[in-house]
Amino acid sequence: MAETVKKKLDLRRRSMPKQMPEVRRHNFKEVALGYTEKSAVEEAKRCIQCPKPRCVGNCPVEINIPGFIQAIADENFERGVRILKEKNCLPAVCGRVCPQEEQCEETCILQKKGGQIAIGRLERFLADWEAVQGELKIPAIPRSTDKKVAVIGGGPAGLTVAGDLIQLGHQVTIFEALHEMGGVLIYGIPEFRLPKLIVKREVDYLQKLGVVLRTDYVVGKTRTVESLLEEYDAIFVGSGAGLPWFMSIPGENLNGVYSANEYLTRLNLMKGFLFPEYHTPVKSHKRVAVVGGGNVAMDCARSALRLGAESRIVYRRSREEMPARLEEIENAEEEGVIFDLLTLPLRYIGDDNGWVKAMEIMKMELGEPDDSGRRRPVPIEGSETIVPVDAVVCAIGNSPNPLIPKTTPGLEVGKRGNIVADEETGRTSRDKIWAGGDVVTGAATVILAMGAGRKAARSMHQYLSSP
Amino acid sequence: MFKVIASKMIVPNIHLLTLEAPEIARRVQPGQFVILRASEEGERTPLSVSDWDADLGTVTVILLNIGHTTDQLASLEAGMNIPTVVGPLGNATEIEKFGTVFCLGGCYGIGSIYPIAKALKEKGNKIVTIIEARSSYLFYWEDRFKALSDKLFLITRDGSKGLRGHIERLPQIVKEFGKPIDRVIANGCTFFMKRVSDMTRPLDLSTWVSLNPIMIDGTGMCGVCRVSVGKSTKFACVDGPDFDGHQVNWDELLQRRKTYMAEEAVPMRTSRCEEHSLKLRKN
Repeated sequence: MAETVKKKLDLRRRSMPKQMPEVRRHNFKEVALGYTEKSAVEEAKRCIQCPKPRCVGNCPVEINIPGFIQAIADENFERGVRILKEKNCLPAVCGRVCPQEEQCEETCILQKKGGQIAIGRLERFLADWEAVQGELKIPAIPRSTDKKVAVIGGGPAGLTVAGDLIQLGHQVTIFEALHEMGGVLIYGIPEFRLPKLIVKREVDYLQKLGVVLRTDYVVGKTRTVESLLEEYDAIFVGSGAGLPWFMSIPGENLNGVYSANEYLTRLNLMKGFLFPEYHTPVKSHKRVAVVGGGNVAMDCARSALRLGAESRIVYRRSREEMPARLEEIENAEEEGVIFDLLTLPLRYIGDDNGWVKAMEIMKMELGEPDDSGRRRPVPIEGSETIVPVDAVVCAIGNSPNPLIPKTTPGLEVGKRGNIVADEETGRTSRDKIWAGGDVVTGAATVILAMGAGRKAARSMHQYLSSP
Repeated sequence: MFKVIASKMIVPNIHLLTLEAPEIARRVQPGQFVILRASEEGERTPLSVSDWDADLGTVTVILLNIGHTTDQLASLEAGMNIPTVVGPLGNATEIEKFGTVFCLGGCYGIGSIYPIAKALKEKGNKIVTIIEARSSYLFYWEDRFKALSDKLFLITRDGSKGLRGHIERLPQIVKEFGKPIDRVIANGCTFFMKRVSDMTRPLDLSTWVSLNPIMIDGTGMCGVCRVSVGKSTKFACVDGPDFDGHQVNWDELLQRRKTYMAEEAVPMRTSRCEEHSLKLRKN
């Protein structure tokens, strides 16, 4: 009793060291450097261990958050890792790219007082701590159930399904279209936000658990879902993002106008930033405009900066409406990305050789809220101007990948080409086929894809274990 | 890893590469392509499949050695392994009984038009093949075309074999042929296919081309392969690669293909003709 009275609320979130902006804007190394043991333990001790923790309920994969935090506070990191991995097979990834501020940390009881626990940083700390301990601990896996599961797509959704089902004793094979596992974690999110070594480590862990990995295998092309069904008892489709959206304005097919998918894939999957050591070329541009206001737009703008360009975000609403994480917006601002807010591109203007040389833009003001609840941008007449640019990256989203819906008869598909799947179970209109992630929802976040994978895995396990 | 079964320069600067890829060999159809990566650092290069053997589990591509990556592919030798062979990608060429089909090939397209012509022949079409090269020594697979074509025309720039000139001789051939032509299919470099389309437009001949824009993933994700066809933007990797040649915005495609021309030269230190000639001699 006396002890609880003595324990005052500590509202000081321990900060995490980062590379200095003026340094990091010139390199592709990770920006955030992670907690030291000391600051992790200090941060963990701030947690008041609510009897009814609200953080857990707001985590798409239902991690026992107070549990792993207590373990850190007790300096029993091994126990912490074990608790974390019960629910999350990709903690080093989630600790870095989850939008904790609108999930677990948002519902932290200390949030009201402005001192919410840095749950994401602690998660990352544990995962990174485990990685430097050498050999990863492989949990005991129940005897094989002799049920075979095919997972299509090696991104966050598919990796989660594989991780969950292998630990329940099923035989799991992941089919990945690209030459590396990880999906958006590999081709989309840049090295400076999520080092590829970390993704590789998490994938290696799954392999050690017994998951069979098939890269360079395009289901729908190399082999159809139909044909997989002859061999597998259940299939999960997590084929992810598809064709990029453009705005249908003049000049979008000029040279130097990229989709975010292309721009990031060149840099991340193909390691274009190491050209010519890696052979996929990347242009060096001087003035890059990135259109959009989400995390992907921030990734593109910050990449352009690192390649030596003057880099700007062009976004039609204001900073408040930006869908990107605040942390990423702040990182971009610190590094020197220019923000042209309330600005709408009207057309791209080419030179005689078909290269973009300028863009016409128009200023906007905010009107009444629209369907999304955000205030609708309204053009200001007469505000059109032309600004010089030598590259444009269009980061306004993408449709779900078309290959599986196109080649799988009877699979119900929504208006935007997305696979229709039950939100709670991931079941599709076809027997034995589940789906989740971007191919169902359209472009969303890593953790939402993982959450969908978790739910689908539960439903698949139920199906596979029923007589 | 995928094993190289055969690799040889079949005519100067044009290479044949046969790879072990049983699952692709089982499913590939005429007009589809594969993406290769020659090394862990390598680019992803889309190449039309020119031949395959489902029983042996092999696929064959024909490529022009023109840049760093194609040079790397050309330098492979039988027995070596490469990290990526993925496919079959894209949609198959439409194979129906059309009647009389003109199959046109230039450069590496001589290779990729072959399985198309063969499948069309098997479907009961009359096949007129026209292949074009700078000079007689640059023709390959002539015997294969001879065997399946109802009529075979060769065109060389220098007149060393067949007609003299280039594919601009097409209208004349059409005129002399004299009978109705139901479809023209052209495979080759972008410029070749553009010229064919330009010439068949006034003749009102249905013309299909296999486009070869820059690609990365080839599975409908990155969007770099977009081409303007008619009034819409299409993605060659999932909507194509075959399109109506009269609808394609050729100038835009030619432009877009030049995007990385400057960069492509960077890793090319010197010409490696001698090395390839040595290999040719060894074979």
